[in-house]
This record gives sequence, C-alpha cells and structure tokens, in this order.
Amino acid sequence: MTDDDFSFLAQIVRRRSGLILPAHKPRFVTGQLAPVARRFGFRSIDGLIAELRHGRDSLARAVTEAMTTNESSFFRDKPAFEQFRDLVLPHLIEARAKAKRLRIWSAACAAGQEPYSIAMLLDDAGLAAKGWSIDLIATDLSAEMVARGEEGLYSHFEIQRGLAIRRLVANFSQEGGNWRIAENLRRMVTFRAFNLLDSYGWLDDLDVVFCRNVLIYFDAKTKASVLDKIAEILQPDGALVLGHAELVRGLSDAFVPLDHAPMLFAKGKAVAQRYAAAG
Amino acid sequence: MRNCLVVDDSRVIRKVACRILQDLKFATDEAEDGLAALAACRARMPELILLDWNMPNMNGIEFLKTLRRERDGQRPIVVFCTTENDVAHITEALGAGANEYIMKPFDRGILEAKLAEVGLT
Repeated sequence: MTDDDFSFLAQIVRRRSGLILPAHKPRFVTGQLAPVARRFGFRSIDGLIAELRHGRDSLARAVTEAMTTNESSFFRDKPAFEQFRDLVLPHLIEARAKAKRLRIWSAACAAGQEPYSIAMLLDDAGLAAKGWSIDLIATDLSAEMVARGEEGLYSHFEIQRGLAIRRLVANFSQEGGNWRIAENLRRMVTFRAFNLLDSYGWLDDLDVVFCRNVLIYFDAKTKASVLDKIAEILQPDGALVLGHAELVRGLSDAFVPLDHAPMLFAKGKAVAQRYAAAG
Repeated sequence: MRNCLVVDDSRVIRKVACRILQDLKFATDEAEDGLAALAACRARMPELILLDWNMPNMNGIEFLKTLRRERDGQRPIVVFCTTENDVAHITEALGAGANEYIMKPFDRGILEAKLAEVGLT
C-alpha cells in the first residue's frame, strides 16, 4: 500500500468513525482489509482501495467496520466491574428505589461480552425479580458485532477468558462446542449498530455508561466531543466507566475521577464524594 | 515461589503447561496419572494442581476425591484441564472440590485467565 493510499484510507475511516489508523502498523491495516477484499471480490488490497476511491458506500462502511478492534472478553478488566457492582449499583438501587428503573449503555459492546457481563451482575442483584425495569442498551460501530451479540453464542476460547466456571454453568447452555447466553440475560440487552460520532438524541436519562477502550483510538477533539455528549445524556448522579488506559483530564470537566476506582468517573462532585466514602 | 503440580498422561501437554506456568513464576512438578500425583502430594502438598481427567491407573476425578480426604488435601487449588467439556463433567468436578475448570484445547490466555479466577496471578 502506498503512503497516498494509506492517507486516503485513514481519512475515510476517520471521517466515518473517528478512529485514527495506526500509521506505524501497516500490517495490521492490510491484515484487517484482507477479509473485506475477499468478501467484495477483489484480488488485491490495491484493487479495493481503487474502488474505494470511486466512493462505493457499502465498501467504505465495511472497511471502516473492519478497522475497529473487536477484541473483548467477559468481565474484561475485572476491577471495572467490581467498582460498578460495589460502588455504583448500591447507590443506584437506593437512589432509584421508587422508580425501580435502570438505564445502562454499553457503548462499544463488541460481540456482547461487556453487556452480558453487566447483565450477569444485575441478575446477581436479583433486580428483575424485585420488579425493576432494566434497559441495557448495547451498541457497536460494527453491524457484524451487533449481530453476534444478539446471537449470544460464544466459542470455547471466548467463553474461557474472564468467566469463572460456576458462572459459565449458571448462565450459559452448551450447543455443541459453543456456549449460548441464558435467555433471561439475552432479553435484558437491546443491541443496535451505532456510530459514536452520531447524535445521541435517542439515548437519554442514562444511569451508567460503559465506554471502554474506544477513546484511545480517537484524537483529542473527538474524545472531548464524545465525553461531552455522554455527559449530556447521563443522569446528574450518573457514572461513566472507561478503559484502564483512558482519562478525562484535559478533555472534560463534567466527570470527576476517583482515586480508589481508577476506571470509574462520577458525574458531579456530590456523587464522587459518595463513591469515595463508600470505597 | 509458588508450586504447581501438573497431572496429565500426555508428556506434550505437561511440557506446554509447565512452560506457561514457569513463565508465570510457578515452580512446577509433573505426574503422569492420579496415583503418581497422590504420591507427589503426600511428599509435598502443592499450592496449585492442574489436573487432567482421563488417565490410566487413577483418573482425575478419583484423584481429586481422594486428595480432598487427605490431611491438608483441602489446601491446593485444583484446576481441571480436560477434554471432558460437557456440563455433567464440569458439575461433577465442582462437586468433588475442583476450584476451576479448563476445557481443552487451551492456550496461555485461558490458563492465565483461570489462574486469575482463583486468585493466583
């Protein structure tokens, strides 16, 4: 791939998704493009890029989706889920006791491992049985990943990373060599393909947003814009969960980092103090 | 250094598992069946046992049941590592006192994840 082709490709992917292609990883980029080239019947990456220059929308969409990193696992970065379970959830259960309603968004859900991990924790808390209404919204840029999440079927290798065996037996059923998420957990999650650069108008009054390991692929301006939009749709005492390498400092004033819970960010000082006292 | 006994009748599996465990700062010992594993445990009880199911002389589940009745036999963390990948076997293993369960084939990532589950990373 020529430098010019790479720049053209990077421009398309950035415009459509905000993702910054790693210029120092050309092999990663061509590796991700290869299956797309095969799917669209191109003999080479050069042929794919030539067609892309003609403005074929379906190809541009497929190329953009292929550039997203879909590596995930159940309960990935376990402390983030422990912080959600031990700090955020008890606060919300108390604060929403009257309405008995929780709205949680998993903003980059990959094949569903993150929202289903959250669903397992909510199920552990027995909220559905206590009459709570749970809206667990899961989105991803990749329609293919969203379809996989809806399917809820995971391979032997996917299922063994991050899931304790007792949880696997309790929350999945075996189908040949694969494992399917339990129906009560699948029903808890609504999947939808969504681009984080688009309007968040359809999302409102959220209690918690998980937006993990996405911001690292954006430039500072896009990071700040995404954080601003998340702040707008979060409840005043809502919480944001980011990836372990992601920070808000210098990007957003809406979120308060917590010393003892590095992946958790409170919207506003009052709730941050509450979490600090609980931790 | 933490000690792990790798119990498997396959020399290749023992070698692969030991290499990964040594990378993870475990000292490793090997046993080729349940009887040899029991003798090793009686000589020195390890902190971790990685245990195959199907082996000659004494299989994994018989070994585990016997181990748990031994003096200090409750102490080791036992992680099954087997091709018996169905719920009935998993349930039987947990009932007999297994702490975790790896379904073969496995890789380094899975072994590391399972050790994290039992608090050993």
